[in-house]
Amino acid sequence: MTGKAILATAVAIPAMLAAGAAAAQDVTIGVSIPAATHGWTGGVNYHANQAAEALEAKYDGLEIVLVTAGSASEQANSLEDLLIVHEIDALVVLPFESDPLTDPVRQVADQGVFVTVVDRGLAEDGIEDIYVAGNNPEMGRISAEYMIDALDGSGEIVVLRGIPTVIDDQRVEAFMGEIEDTDIEVLGMEYANWNRDDGFEVMQDFLSRFDNIDAVWAQDDDIAIGVIEAVRQAEREDEMFIVGGAGMKEIIQRVMEGDDLTPVNVLYPPAMIATAMEVTALHFYTNAPVLGEYILGSPLITQENAEQYYFPDSPF
Amino acid sequence: MPVSSVPETLRRPMATWSLKKLGPLIALVALIILGTIVNPAFLDPANITNVLTRTAFIGIIAVGMTFVITAGGLDLSVGSMAAFISGVMIISLNGLMDTIGLNWMLIAAGMLIALAVGLLAGLINGLITTKGRIDAFIVTLGTMSIYRSLVTYLADGGTLSLDFGIRGVYRPVYYDAFLGIPIPIWVFAAVAAIGAVLLNRTRFGRQVFAIGSNEDVARYSAINVDRTKTLTYVLLGLCVAIATMVYVPRLGSASATTGLMWELEAIAAVIIGGTLLKGGYGRIWGTVVGAIILSMIGNILNLTGAISSYLNGAVQGIIIIVAVLMQGGLKRR
Repeated sequence: MTGKAILATAVAIPAMLAAGAAAAQDVTIGVSIPAATHGWTGGVNYHANQAAEALEAKYDGLEIVLVTAGSASEQANSLEDLLIVHEIDALVVLPFESDPLTDPVRQVADQGVFVTVVDRGLAEDGIEDIYVAGNNPEMGRISAEYMIDALDGSGEIVVLRGIPTVIDDQRVEAFMGEIEDTDIEVLGMEYANWNRDDGFEVMQDFLSRFDNIDAVWAQDDDIAIGVIEAVRQAEREDEMFIVGGAGMKEIIQRVMEGDDLTPVNVLYPPAMIATAMEVTALHFYTNAPVLGEYILGSPLITQENAEQYYFPDSPF
Repeated sequence: MPVSSVPETLRRPMATWSLKKLGPLIALVALIILGTIVNPAFLDPANITNVLTRTAFIGIIAVGMTFVITAGGLDLSVGSMAAFISGVMIISLNGLMDTIGLNWMLIAAGMLIALAVGLLAGLINGLITTKGRIDAFIVTLGTMSIYRSLVTYLADGGTLSLDFGIRGVYRPVYYDAFLGIPIPIWVFAAVAAIGAVLLNRTRFGRQVFAIGSNEDVARYSAINVDRTKTLTYVLLGLCVAIATMVYVPRLGSASATTGLMWELEAIAAVIIGGTLLKGGYGRIWGTVVGAIILSMIGNILNLTGAISSYLNGAVQGIIIIVAVLMQGGLKRR
């Protein structure tokens, strides 16, 4: 029997295999993530699917149930389904919003389910067993640091924000805190909803409104794509540079090529969902201690190191 | 109730051409004045063309929506339909590139595919609504959800991007100008002009009015109600496809966020323009003005730092309601 055939059997009749294999253990991990509403969550969906496939192949008896939700209340419902219908042993959850999901996740944890929380922390400490997250304040701070450096501490910039959420607030607060004592002036700040079309339109209006813009903090790469087109259309590429964030492949490619308009990027990897799923599986299949917090870095991506952050096959 | 298929509003004497009927136009002028006060850069020709160009997508869709709503229907699926058609168009263009080569034939082929998908999507909405005797609200709520998830599936949850070479060929459709006016504005104007003639000067247009006024009376007047209603949805599907053709070259991408809320913006543009939500009366010029008003509000808010960006939505909501209140007289039918 080839390895592939064994695998096929494992997927088709896990019960039979569990009875036979000594090391195998039946574990169901539920993964609850937001639906692909913008580029970054699209990346989360991609990496979650990839990780689910890889982990199921790697561990006998492991079943991963992946569910997406379009809103916080929908996600709360899907948590109930995971618990009751799928009888999960572990939950990996990237909460839509922190506050409304704190109680639903607690109820799952109270049933003895192992809980891993990703990206957005719950409103109360001590519910989760593992916490995996990017560092939002760090992302804002690193972006500001680069901007101060590149502008020599003085200049006029515009800021395009994401969707009004805790994540967006944390990034912007850290950014503003960092530039507070410099001569960098924020001319205007508007929401562009982590969306290309909104990024394009808001930037068009900023370009009409201000005769001079030295730099743009787009905060997110989807927004940055829209901003780039608006700046090109106005033929003002030589006047400013754009700092996006998250590590979208199109932008990383530009950084790699040494584009003057987008000289750097700040990482906020959607693949963090894969990290969370990996360590959760490790908890069940190895003796390696995994409990605790994993805070991933938000490094500055420059032309020199861009290549190691470039994933041409990812949709993001 | 008159047996004639001409709705009452059309037979009113000229005296009722009151200020109320010009409501949307007055709202537009008021907004232009407000914009100029807020920031003189508002009147800059570059800003005006920006606003009109970005109005084109919603505007073209809203012209089609005017027919559907006037005939007493509704279509909630247009936003996700636009996203789906964008996705199909991008995939087809990328796939056909090697066979056809990088030239205008390729773009034309992509446009034909977009039109075909739009026509088919409209036909599906129309046939299920009329033949299945299901409320349009429910049918299009269903198709809205279907198209949105299809585009997410096509894009693998991410973003579909047009090949860089094709973008070079296609880009002028959005960014170039003819006689100083960007091409999307020309397309918008042409669609609106054809729409106005079709709605006000043809038998089809009169039938649309009649069906919206009273479907039963229209049926007794020997109007093929099902066929005419289905045609309004097909027309709207084609409009969505045309909007997509000028949308795709702008950023060269489609994702699950493409066209989000476009259905509500298109419906709002139609209603602000004075078309009755319950059907029986519609006007294309109003719809055009309504669409411009909507995108102008967003533009003005971006041009001022005076209003907290947290309140943008509230200001938009107030202006929309006031614009419709100004023509309250039309609703008393």
